[in-house]
Amino acid sequence: MKPKVAFYWCASCGGCEEAVVDLDEEILNVVNAVDIVFWPVALDFKRRDVEAMPDGSILASFINGAIRNSEQREMAETLRAKSQVVVAFGSCAQLGGIPGLANLFDAKEILQEVYGDGVRPQMVHRENGHSLSLPEFFDTVLALDRVIGVDYYLPGCPPTPKIIAGALHALLGADLPPKGAVLAPDHALCEQCPRKDTRPEKLVLKEFKRPHQMIADQQTCLLAQGLACLGPGTRAGCEALCPQGNMPCTGCFGPTSRVRDFGAKALSAIASVIDGNTEAEIARALDAVPDPAGTFYRYSLPSSLLGRRRMG
Amino acid sequence: MPEAFEPKIVAFFCNWCTYLAADLAGTSRIKYAPNARVVRVMCSGRVDPQFVMDAFAKGADGVLIGGCHPGDCHYQEGNYKALRRVELLKRLLRQMGVEEERFRLEWISAAEGERVKIVIDDMVEKLRALGPRVPARRQEVA
Ligand code: SF4
Ligand code: SF4
Repeated sequence: MKPKVAFYWCASCGGCEEAVVDLDEEILNVVNAVDIVFWPVALDFKRRDVEAMPDGSILASFINGAIRNSEQREMAETLRAKSQVVVAFGSCAQLGGIPGLANLFDAKEILQEVYGDGVRPQMVHRENGHSLSLPEFFDTVLALDRVIGVDYYLPGCPPTPKIIAGALHALLGADLPPKGAVLAPDHALCEQCPRKDTRPEKLVLKEFKRPHQMIADQQTCLLAQGLACLGPGTRAGCEALCPQGNMPCTGCFGPTSRVRDFGAKALSAIASVIDGNTEAEIARALDAVPDPAGTFYRYSLPSSLLGRRRMG
Repeated sequence: MPEAFEPKIVAFFCNWCTYLAADLAGTSRIKYAPNARVVRVMCSGRVDPQFVMDAFAKGADGVLIGGCHPGDCHYQEGNYKALRRVELLKRLLRQMGVEEERFRLEWISAAEGERVKIVIDDMVEKLRALGPRVPARRQEVA
């Protein structure tokens, strides 16, 4: 009997689902090797199908997206019970991801922004003795491991085909990686970057630039050119996709194992290259970093030490 | 009458200046508010922004970093390093809803025992006015 696997999405954009399809021919090997028992995006299964499965009968569930409402939490809990292994797939499940930036606000502010003073969705709708209810919309977006136990993490927004294939092989192989492992190399992205030899040993910058303000040279280290590239503080694994596309790394692979708070560490790396010894000089250099929370916690606000903006 | 709110301050003091100043304040019997928990670090430049986040996450009402005056750092550049980080960190903390009175960097030389008192007393007073800080994690719903 082939091992059973499930794919599910929570608060996500669909990019992680796309990434699975992007496996190309490799997807056929996957399909041959496993039995996909649940994948709402691609195949017609219902929640009750999963609920009917015996506990532990699924080998691995790959869950992408953050948790931002009660339905997602329930589905995560159900899949946890049915699965031997749960993999947090992609930045949102691992760290909270882009949807996690909603933690700079609360539910009330978000509903006000979206609906204004117009008609609000009704939480419960009754019709002819039947009732339908909407899931509860949380104030705070959570990474997957804040609601269920997670065995492995696949970083990336989205994880690259190579990272996904590597993880599948590891999980289907005889030697399982240690529990809690992030299935990507544990060193900084710069080491994988083709521009790394042009990154000066000691780098100092009078000012940063934003990507739309310049045409970056194709070969030189982007940080050395004044772009706030987060490569020095980001985990390797993507093979420097963004620098290869002439854009600075924004940190989607998250921290290495030695770092607890990605944003605080990335902030430190960027601050350390500022050439300035007075408040005024430093402020000038920081003009091109107008949104530090969105820059340093772009993918990781919910898993940061503070987790969210203070409410109320 | 409810008891006066006693703010908790985590104070990272550098080994060569501010920590000695706090020591001097003690031996000179200068009285200052007992609210600061002093953590000695070798240099203000050693204060990783993660330490600051951790202190706030664990319930500190304020974080104070004390280092040598510009030009006086035992390691030449450490206090400038601290200043660059702090300037960026202040902006980030503002976005996270942490009021600016809660996070402070001060240059205090080994001879300035009196200044330790002035800074800590002033910070305690401002934090009292702000009231206790609820760590964000405790505000989570799930
Ligand atoms: S471009 Fe970015 S990732 Fe590449 S070496 Fe420079 S800092 Fe590192
Ligand atoms: S370069 Fe950075 S942002 Fe781009 S894919 Fe790699 S880790 Fe993600």
